[in-house]
Amino acid sequence: MSTKNIMITGVGGQGTLLAVRILAHIVQEMGYDVKVSEVHGMSQRGGSVVTYLKYGDKVYSPIIGLGEADTILSFEKLEALRCLPYLREGGEIIVNDQEIDPMPVITGAMEYPSDIENTLRAHAKVRLVKALELANEAGNSRTANVVLLGAMAAAGNIPKENWIDALKSTVPAKFLDVNLKAFELGFASGQ
Amino acid sequence: MKKLMLGNEAVARGAYEAGVRLISSYPGTPSTEITESAVQYPEIYCEWAPNEKVAAEAAIGASMAGGRAMSCCKHVGLNVMADPVFTVSYIGVNGGLVFAVADDPGMHSSQNEQDSRHYAEAAKIMMLEPSDSGECKEFTRRAFELSEQFDTPVFLRLSTRVSHSQSTVELQERSGDEIKEYTKNIPKNVMMPAMAIKRHVVVEERMKALSAFAETTDLNVVEDHGAKIGVITSGISYMYAKEALGDRVNYLKLGMAYPMPAEKIRDFAAKCERVVVIEELDPVIETFVKALGIPVTGKEAFTLLGEYTPAMILKAVMNEDSAPHYVQESPIPNRPPVLCPGCPHRATFYVLKKLGLTVSGDIGCYTLGAAAPLQSVDSTICMGASVSAAHGMAKIRGKEFNKKLVSVIGDSTFIHSGITGLIDIVYNKGANTVIILDNSITGMTGHQDNPATGKTIYGEETKAVDLVLLAKAVGIERVVVCDPFDVKRFEEVVREETEADEPSVIIAQRPCALLKYVKYEGRCKVNEETCRKCKMCMRIGCPAITWKDGAVKIDTSLCNGCGLCMNICPFGAIEKEA
Repeated sequence: MSTKNIMITGVGGQGTLLAVRILAHIVQEMGYDVKVSEVHGMSQRGGSVVTYLKYGDKVYSPIIGLGEADTILSFEKLEALRCLPYLREGGEIIVNDQEIDPMPVITGAMEYPSDIENTLRAHAKVRLVKALELANEAGNSRTANVVLLGAMAAAGNIPKENWIDALKSTVPAKFLDVNLKAFELGFASGQ
Repeated sequence: MKKLMLGNEAVARGAYEAGVRLISSYPGTPSTEITESAVQYPEIYCEWAPNEKVAAEAAIGASMAGGRAMSCCKHVGLNVMADPVFTVSYIGVNGGLVFAVADDPGMHSSQNEQDSRHYAEAAKIMMLEPSDSGECKEFTRRAFELSEQFDTPVFLRLSTRVSHSQSTVELQERSGDEIKEYTKNIPKNVMMPAMAIKRHVVVEERMKALSAFAETTDLNVVEDHGAKIGVITSGISYMYAKEALGDRVNYLKLGMAYPMPAEKIRDFAAKCERVVVIEELDPVIETFVKALGIPVTGKEAFTLLGEYTPAMILKAVMNEDSAPHYVQESPIPNRPPVLCPGCPHRATFYVLKKLGLTVSGDIGCYTLGAAAPLQSVDSTICMGASVSAAHGMAKIRGKEFNKKLVSVIGDSTFIHSGITGLIDIVYNKGANTVIILDNSITGMTGHQDNPATGKTIYGEETKAVDLVLLAKAVGIERVVVCDPFDVKRFEEVVREETEADEPSVIIAQRPCALLKYVKYEGRCKVNEETCRKCKMCMRIGCPAITWKDGAVKIDTSLCNGCGLCMNICPFGAIEKEA
């Protein structure tokens, strides 16, 4: 199989790393060669966070270049727009319908772009997910990341049970139920 | 058994399998997870040391005593540990000794972009350079064997993309952990001139032996695809090159970055019409190859700056463009890192800015005090420099300037190398004000304990350095502990202490908002009836506070309820949600 490139992006602190680890677990269990490139340290402090996940028969570089991502999973709208140059032609974006103002917007130096959804739709297949709303419905706002994984699962061709198994083996037992519920809500919204 | 691991976790695994007995390190992105991950192996004694020099010396002592030992740091940490490292090159080892150093091309989390390979040449220490997690584990194992075989410390050079990428690792059993005999050996272990002169001879002989070894070792791999172009590369650049160029070129992959194999390079180049060197940062391989009289394409086709990418390599070597892609139609707001909601440093910088002080800064989360809208920090150089550089500033600009000057330094950074600067101030009759930002943890690198927290790397209780007594012991008579969230009092304290004609230390004490035990009740919200829209609350640069549709809003998904904005609002218009 040729290499699949997935970019996961968001704002530091949103739980992107956990989402990536669940996804990595799944594709590794499926027997693929996997590489994940994470970002730690300063850039995690409320800044843009980008993680790459690549899988296939043999993966060399852990990073994804411009125009190479098959799928972008974005935890925030502006970050989806920021990563759009990385999407290949015909690629797909699953994006959380949440806006978090970055500091240049807070200080008034710039405006938060108003037409992100249209721009994304003009260049990609887009699934907009109300992740925070659904996470609250599941019972915990911090499960927005798993809602998004659910939507991604609905969009892709990895069997649903693989996702469920991965959640069971990566999420601590006391948070499992709420996360499974969040996953189901995300899955339903992504269909 | 196969496992997906971060490069850093794989280095820890390699150390475990190699029978390592001790790891002493100071945290530093992107190297931190090596030591954190090694804690899971009960056979390895792990510790956070006060700084990299101390860590390296502990590892050297462990090696001398007969156990395999390692010390891990980031590239700038190697500057701090350089002193013992250069000399242990002369002494050599008893138990195998490895220094793992992680460079940060692109400066994801660093203050400079130095290339650690220069240290290998300067200190005459062999250096291995893995390309992925599998090699991280394997090269770490090999590094310990080679260390004992050649009686030399060994550098393991990593980079951000190797340290922080996950790939598959084949796990093996632990071996080689027997402790070797310790015998007193003055000519080998006491480096005073008479002995060191003789040991230098040994070092130069060892360099010859290592150069010969480099010619034959399987760490240096030739991939011959019968191509006209030959690529010489190492580390992560090899992976980028493989992805970009596949089997269209021949490769010489140098797993041993120092010393390099002259004959092997000559043979490789002789079979190619054109040789290209692909390496991030400085032209280290390129310079070596050119000195052999071999013409190569190197930095003129690439760059000395930042990280490489497969697309860059494809363009530089084959003049081919990569995939077409979307280009932003207009500039979009960037999202720089910021102090977290609830961060205690925010209050400190709010006050320092309000008072119009010159702020000599340091390395940690609080370096972000230089970012908009606070923009309080004037300078940041390296760990500890906030204190000593402010001393120098005061000596040049005099008393009045010093009354508008403070140093800010974290608790861990103060222990690392701020204390020596403080001694300099006292000893040399300075009158500086030093603010220790005591958030009870090493924050930026992801919450490591340190000598001031009272816990070891294992979370066990231990003696905590008493910062008040420490400051007093070096001769500071004015020491004040103050909570920066008590904004009024904190401001008064800073005014008083900067005004004083003698040196003072303010310990701004409040734990990091991300610590699990830090919980604030409720979230903050703006009372729209009493809010006068003065935007005072927006001056603290809290990411949860924004201006939307002509009103101040607090994003409850980001707010952690710290209440700093409530303290600052002059109209009492911010309250806790019911």
